[in-house]
Amino acid sequence: MNIQGEKSVLKFLTCGSVDDGKSTLIGHLLYLTGNIPVDQLKTLEMESSRIGTAGGGLDFSLLMDGLMAEREQGITIDVAYRYFAAAGRKFIVADTPGHEQYTRNMATGASQCDAALILVDVQQGILPQTRRHALICALMGIERILFVINKMDRVDWDEVCFRRVESQKALLLADLESFGIRLQDAAAIPVSALTGDNIALLSSKTPWFSGDTLLEWLAKVSPGSWRTAAPLRIPVQHVIKGQRGGEGWQHLVPDSLKSASGGTFRAYAGTVVSGGVACGDELVALPSGVSIKVASILAGDREVNAAAAGSAVALTLAGEHDIVRGDILAPARDRPEVADQLKVRIIWMDETPLFAGRHYDLYSAGGTARAEITRLRNRIEPESYRRLAAHTLEKNDIAEAEISLSRPIPFDPYGENRETGAFILVDRLTNATLCCGMILHSLRKGENVHWQAETVDRSKRSALKGHQPQVIWFTGLSGSGKSTIANALESRLSSMGRHTMILDGDNIRHGLSRDLGFTEADRIENIRRIGEVAKLMTDAGLIVITAFISPFRAERSLVRAMIPESEFIEVFVDTPLQVCEERDVKGLYKKARNGEIPNFTGVNSPYEAPQSPELVVDASKLSVEDSVEKILKFMDAG
Amino acid sequence: MDILDILENESIRIIREAVACGESPAMLYSIGKDSSVMLHLAMKAFYPMKPPFPLVHVDTTWKFREMITFRDEAVERLGLELITYTNEDGVAGGVSPFTHGSKVYTDIMKTEALRKVLDKFRFDMIFGGARRDEEKSRAKERVFSFRDATHRWEPRGQRPELWAIPNLSKKKDESFRVFPLSNWTELDVWRYIERENIPVVPLYFSAKRPVILRDGQWLMLDDERLRLEANEKMEMRMIRFRTLGCYPLTAGVESEAATVAEIVAELEASDTSERCGRLIDFDQAGSMERKKQEGYF
Repeated sequence: MNIQGEKSVLKFLTCGSVDDGKSTLIGHLLYLTGNIPVDQLKTLEMESSRIGTAGGGLDFSLLMDGLMAEREQGITIDVAYRYFAAAGRKFIVADTPGHEQYTRNMATGASQCDAALILVDVQQGILPQTRRHALICALMGIERILFVINKMDRVDWDEVCFRRVESQKALLLADLESFGIRLQDAAAIPVSALTGDNIALLSSKTPWFSGDTLLEWLAKVSPGSWRTAAPLRIPVQHVIKGQRGGEGWQHLVPDSLKSASGGTFRAYAGTVVSGGVACGDELVALPSGVSIKVASILAGDREVNAAAAGSAVALTLAGEHDIVRGDILAPARDRPEVADQLKVRIIWMDETPLFAGRHYDLYSAGGTARAEITRLRNRIEPESYRRLAAHTLEKNDIAEAEISLSRPIPFDPYGENRETGAFILVDRLTNATLCCGMILHSLRKGENVHWQAETVDRSKRSALKGHQPQVIWFTGLSGSGKSTIANALESRLSSMGRHTMILDGDNIRHGLSRDLGFTEADRIENIRRIGEVAKLMTDAGLIVITAFISPFRAERSLVRAMIPESEFIEVFVDTPLQVCEERDVKGLYKKARNGEIPNFTGVNSPYEAPQSPELVVDASKLSVEDSVEKILKFMDAG
Repeated sequence: MDILDILENESIRIIREAVACGESPAMLYSIGKDSSVMLHLAMKAFYPMKPPFPLVHVDTTWKFREMITFRDEAVERLGLELITYTNEDGVAGGVSPFTHGSKVYTDIMKTEALRKVLDKFRFDMIFGGARRDEEKSRAKERVFSFRDATHRWEPRGQRPELWAIPNLSKKKDESFRVFPLSNWTELDVWRYIERENIPVVPLYFSAKRPVILRDGQWLMLDDERLRLEANEKMEMRMIRFRTLGCYPLTAGVESEAATVAEIVAELEASDTSERCGRLIDFDQAGSMERKKQEGYF
């Protein structure tokens, strides 16, 4: 163990393909730097002889592979963190898995790190996985990558073998550069994780190699240097407030903080993610842009005159301001952008594929917003770094896209600030983290396009019609009776003098959506278009009746989100599948059962029933007339 | 900014984030050195206001007496709210580490008690003082660790933790265990205690204490419930504790370190890990991971 207190922390990640020897490398590094306690060493000796794969020697990989399941499988399945001290510095190692399907874990590890070790088996050379790992590290903003050419003992420390891998690495870097990313450091080093050569000491077996040892390379990286170079950013996390000297006030607070008159104490808590702040600084709070002046800075329980990047502070301000969590405090002359239309890079992390047009929740240092992927620009092939056309994204896909937000948020391009340029998207139903994102820049149209101020607005049009515009959205299986009820409802409304319009398969599929097929992506786009048309028609004051199977909950909630709450009535025609299939008016079920129709809802494609529709009618129990009555009654009540 | 500043800032940021996103936060306070550090950080995070949450102590009735005294003094000194909870069903059933073995005892008096108190108060952000360097499976747990409505940890389904942007969205009855000290090591904790002058339970400091040798470990005699076996003899030894749990399950180590500075010096020269004095970790292979899946911290 080290004797002196360490002066800095470096977080780095290790990546490599299965069997490249990552765990062995880190285990050996810990061992060589005296970071393995005696009792753990004893356990290691026991386990090495029992399940080890190092032929009687110490199997260092056993130190890293923590979870039971993977101990049995012999592979690392999640991010594991290890701590060690060496060369006057504390290191935090994120060990991330090499499996293709675990890209998300690597991105996760990389988001926390300043440097990366990418392991390459010298016998295999640079593999497609190696290129993928380098891309992910580079995309996540890691500018220093060490290519650790491992298993040199297997090729008798042959320089030619090493140089061959080095030239493959040069090709990789050239491709990365033409993609648009240039690394600051991308050295290569010949090692053997098993024997420990060139890890802590330069090996006599590689007289032809004169670079740094692995440990020296790690000791040279300066962590988070971008933070001090970038302008001041303090994302407000939490507002600390209460009555001075009142309840909730700490017992031992000195009198200087208790003003004689009492009154409200208010401080804006957050971390100085970049730059520095000093008392008296004149700043702005974004997105509002309001000017503020720093009155005092609390660093924990100490009042300080200034605070540097990395400090968790609480600021009190001169005067009263309406500043909330998610606002970013910054210098007026060097402020983050504020926009609601962004071009971004994303790594998709969930089993559910991405579809343009769906709504997600966006979380960022600059607050939360609802987000829609408005356009998928491309998918990046992770081995060749080429940009390909894309309509949807699967788990582990990397892409560039345009997103549209429900409100403007403050941000910096990710390349300039890894804190204020990052975001995640969260599924609103499952709460799963769907993707991580890096903001490239704002889209100009977001800044310049303003909605035309309408002199004749929707309420005027509605008043002219003499009734409230509404969307009556029927959903249910094929043959459930949606269209029959919809038509009967329209005639009744029409006879009552209401201005109506029906949207159904006949007038949509043959016209507006003629270009769309029946794949999941096309069906989602179809529903999106119907939603937009319905919205325009309600703006015009009409009662819109739609009759589509609309099997997916996410799409229906997408349409629901476009229409004012009081104007959307979801009617679930809950006729049992068996009844629909018996009726089989168009003979479609029969065809589907014979395998002639792919993706037929209820047969070989799912129907997601509404969780809380405004109305449910079961056409197998209720007559058409009664169903219409039920709906009319609800409309009047609404 | 040195390493302790870096760790302190990171922990404060985590604590603030959880409080900002939670509806009903609470801090699990185990009275040990890590809890003392975590509490100290919470006092800083919301200064000059008190932390906006109560402390929760799961009392197994087998804590060292000095721990309970220390707990009550700390709460009094800082003016905080303390909720103590004991699994009365276990007490009524006479569950003890001697009669039921360490596994059953821990299940009932710690894990089950914890689940019950969390359910009772419906806390949704629960701070714990666990560190990743303590045990292998802890090294793989998130800082913000999602628990389902039955408090289970699913090691394979953990949410990715990206940058400093945790996904803290959840449904009814789901919760998060939050570990602000994830990146601290034992040595960091003691250096910080030294620098910040944080009070800790005196059992951490070496003194002559009544002990017996059992299974190669020094067990301290804290009250009459620890019965001596025929071949065992009480003796006085200079011991201290590196970790504090329930007294028959936590062994002391022989040491001369009687001050924080001496402990730091001892650790710097030491070559065994901290939990080697924790008897419950040895009761089954992969034991900590299994306990965590069941809801243990």
